Parts: sequence; structure tokens; C-alpha cells
Amino acid sequence: MSEPAEKRTPLYDEHIRLGAKIVPFGGWLMPVQYSSIREEHEAVRTSLGVFDISHMGELVVSGAAAGEWLNTMLTNNLARLEAGMGQYTFLLNDEAGVIDDLIVYRIENEKFLLVVNASRIEEDFAWLQSHLAADVRLENQSAQFAGLAIQGPKIGEFFLAMFGTDKKLPERNRIASFEHDGPKIWVARTGYTGEDGIEMFFPAQDAPRIWNQVLEKGKSLGIRPSGLGARDTLRLEMCFPLNGSDLSPAHNPLEAGLGFFVDLTKPNFIGREKLQREKEAGLSRRLIPFRMKGKSPPPRPHYRVFRNGTEAGELTSGTLSPSLNYGIGMVYLTTPLPKPGDEIEIEIRGQKFPAVIEKKPLYKKLS
Amino acid sequence: MNVPDDLLYTDSHEWVRREGDKVRVGITDHAQAELTDVVYVELPKVGATYEARGTIAVVESVKAASDIYAPAKGTVLEINRDLESNPALINSDPYGEGWIYVLQVENAEELKQLKDAAAYKAAIG
Repeated sequence: MSEPAEKRTPLYDEHIRLGAKIVPFGGWLMPVQYSSIREEHEAVRTSLGVFDISHMGELVVSGAAAGEWLNTMLTNNLARLEAGMGQYTFLLNDEAGVIDDLIVYRIENEKFLLVVNASRIEEDFAWLQSHLAADVRLENQSAQFAGLAIQGPKIGEFFLAMFGTDKKLPERNRIASFEHDGPKIWVARTGYTGEDGIEMFFPAQDAPRIWNQVLEKGKSLGIRPSGLGARDTLRLEMCFPLNGSDLSPAHNPLEAGLGFFVDLTKPNFIGREKLQREKEAGLSRRLIPFRMKGKSPPPRPHYRVFRNGTEAGELTSGTLSPSLNYGIGMVYLTTPLPKPGDEIEIEIRGQKFPAVIEKKPLYKKLS
Repeated sequence: MNVPDDLLYTDSHEWVRREGDKVRVGITDHAQAELTDVVYVELPKVGATYEARGTIAVVESVKAASDIYAPAKGTVLEINRDLESNPALINSDPYGEGWIYVLQVENAEELKQLKDAAAYKAAIG
């Protein structure tokens, strides 16, 4: 039996043309970098970067009962979401393990857009489908949509250059749609980098034209096409979790330190009882950010962690932080939970290197 | 891609400069371009002996750690300590300031298996 072929986004040929290095990611062939992860990272922190996020999934949920039903499927509270707003949330299994983390946008009163991780599209859809209520329609529109994330402090100038003065940049966590040179596009003020920015979703067939227009309109602002490598270093500096690494069905959102996006006051959602019990009993483990203390090789996923000389787990994420220029990462540690300033050791090629527990985010923007 | 004529090359993208019965070793321009952004170099130990094609050093980019292999059996005489504070020298000057170590080769015959510049150029296309 052969592996299923990895999929290509509608921008694959553009990435090749720009000389990107391509890697498999979540069943997709994606650019990991175009020229340099450091330079792409720096561009997002200081000016602008554009990422192809067409691999991500778009599920649309609609109908008179859509909001009420979705609120039993997701952890955050949709009742607080007015039309035109989005919120970060989780899809949990019966044991409160994470199936996916996603952003749900209320695009109309009775219509929701769920932007989900590429590797979980089918699983999310199947889970939602198997719990579907009457009067709710669920559609997987992932193949019809392409997406770009344009991230960086110059997003305001970019938006003006791209869309002109008659369109308004949505407020933080808000989403708007308008026609742009024909097709309808969705623009949301969201992202995965810790910088100001937007995510745009539009028909897949328009992707090459819009991508090239973004690069052209952003050129004078220093925009750079940026790959998954920079996306990973940017998100890890902010301690944003990566599903499949920091999140999995074996972990719940409270352990991941993301209880802010779980509303236990909601009467009913999948995973609620388990989370409530765990919260009352006290967390037995927690996802903890750390930095390397001295000079060391970069920490990487799966490196072993030691506390007081005893093996205590393995890294779920790790990298050299381009902004901070030292190694950073995250690891699940059990009780007694460590405090910022506590020391741990990371084993790298048989040698232990000291690291120190930090608060999140690891990178704090100078303002 | 810069492939100097006066050097020898391994299949694993190290360059080898003969200096009498010693060799100076680094990674090629092609290799540094593939790795990009070298952020850490784990140097060999001076005085340690390594087997031909054994792991002798590690070059790390933001994304990955890559093993560097000894071109022949030998003992390390010198290491480039400048790489400890400035690993990016491997990117900026791979054949010069980016050298990694000097090896006392046990049997110079082993070096005959290395590629010349023309053969290496052909190999990397």
C-alpha cells in the first residue's frame, strides 16, 4: 500500500518559482522557507511577511440552530460572539482531549466559518458530522478556499495599499468580507505570529493572482514571502501551541495553559465534565515554557527533559528564537508544577544543558 | 555555487584542503546554502580520533541539526573556536573563516576516494 500523495496548495508553483524549500506538513507540500528563516522571521517582527495558509481547512456551519449546537461542540462561548467576530476555541473528544484548536468566526448571525488545522480537516468534519443536530448544515469548503496570512506591524499601510481607502481594516478578532477585483474575500484581523496582521480567505482559483498582488503591493513596505519555518519560530516565541506537538488527544486545554478559551460556565459542551473535575482536583501537569540558560545547541522537539536529575518528559516544541537569540521551548511537566525561575535540564546529544522556566510569552514586544 | 578547484570534496558536502599530511575541513558553499542560517556548531574535540565517515561535528540551522562526517580516519589537531561565537561564518565564508577543524590523517591513501571539483560540481548539478 502506498502513502497517499501529498497535496499541493494552489500556490505551489509560485513557491517553486520563488525558490522555496518544500517540506511535507500535515499531508501537504508546503514552503518551509524561501531564503532564510531568520530573515523571514525578522520581516514579520519589523515589517511584513506573507504566508500561504491554503492548506488550512474551512468548515462552514449554518442554520437556525447552528450557534446553539456549535456551542455544545466547542469550548469557548459562542454566545459572546456577535456577527463579524472570531474567537480561538477547541474541539474536544469525550475525554476532553484536544481534537483540534481553531478559530470560529461568526460570519452571519446563523452562519459560522471554522478555520481548522490542515492535518485535522477530515477528523474535525467527521466528529462534527457524527454529532450534528437537526436544522444545522455542515459543509467542508476547504478545497474551494485558499488563504494568506499577512502579518507584521506595517499591516495598516499594507491594507491601504492593497484595498484602498473605501475598505476598512477590521478591528482585532473581527472579520469582514468584500469584493476585490471580482471575487469575494474574507479578511480577518487574526494570526499566529504575535504581530498585528490579517488572514484572508478567498476562492482557490484566484490564489496566484492575489498572492502576486500582495507581494507587489507590499513590496515597498518590505514584505517577504515567509514559510513554515518562520511561522514556527514566531508562534513559539509567543507560546502559541502547535496541534500535533503541544496539543493532542492526550492533552486537554487546561493543561496546555489555555483555560482562557474554555468557558466552564457554559452548561454543556463535549469534555466539560472532565475539565470541571480536573479543575476542582487541581492540574496534575502543565505545558511549561522555558529558555536555555547559557550557550547551547538549539533545543528541539522530543529532546528529553530532567528535573533534579530525574527524567521528567520530552519537549513538545523547541527552537532557536531568532528574536531573542537563545534556545526556547515548551514541555509538559507534572506536579509539583515548576515556577518561573526554576531550573531544568535539556539533554542534547547525550549532554545536559541548563534551562530556566519562564512565563509566557517568551518574547515580549518592546513598545 | 562556488566550488574551488584546489579542494577535494566528500559526497556528504564537506570540503577538504590538503596541508601536507594534514587536512583542513569545512562544509561547501552548496551545503551552507542548503542549510541556511547556521546558528550553532558543535566542534570536535582536539586530540580525539575519528573514523572515516564517522560523525565528527554537528552544524545546526534554525530548523535542523546536520551531522558532519570525517573524510578519513584521523586525529583532530585544531578546531575553529571562532564558530562558537559566530557560527554564521559558515554561511558568509564557507571556504575561509568558516573552516571547522584540522585533521591529522592516518592514511593519506584514503583521501584518494574524495571527489575533485569537477566531480563534485557534477554531483550537485
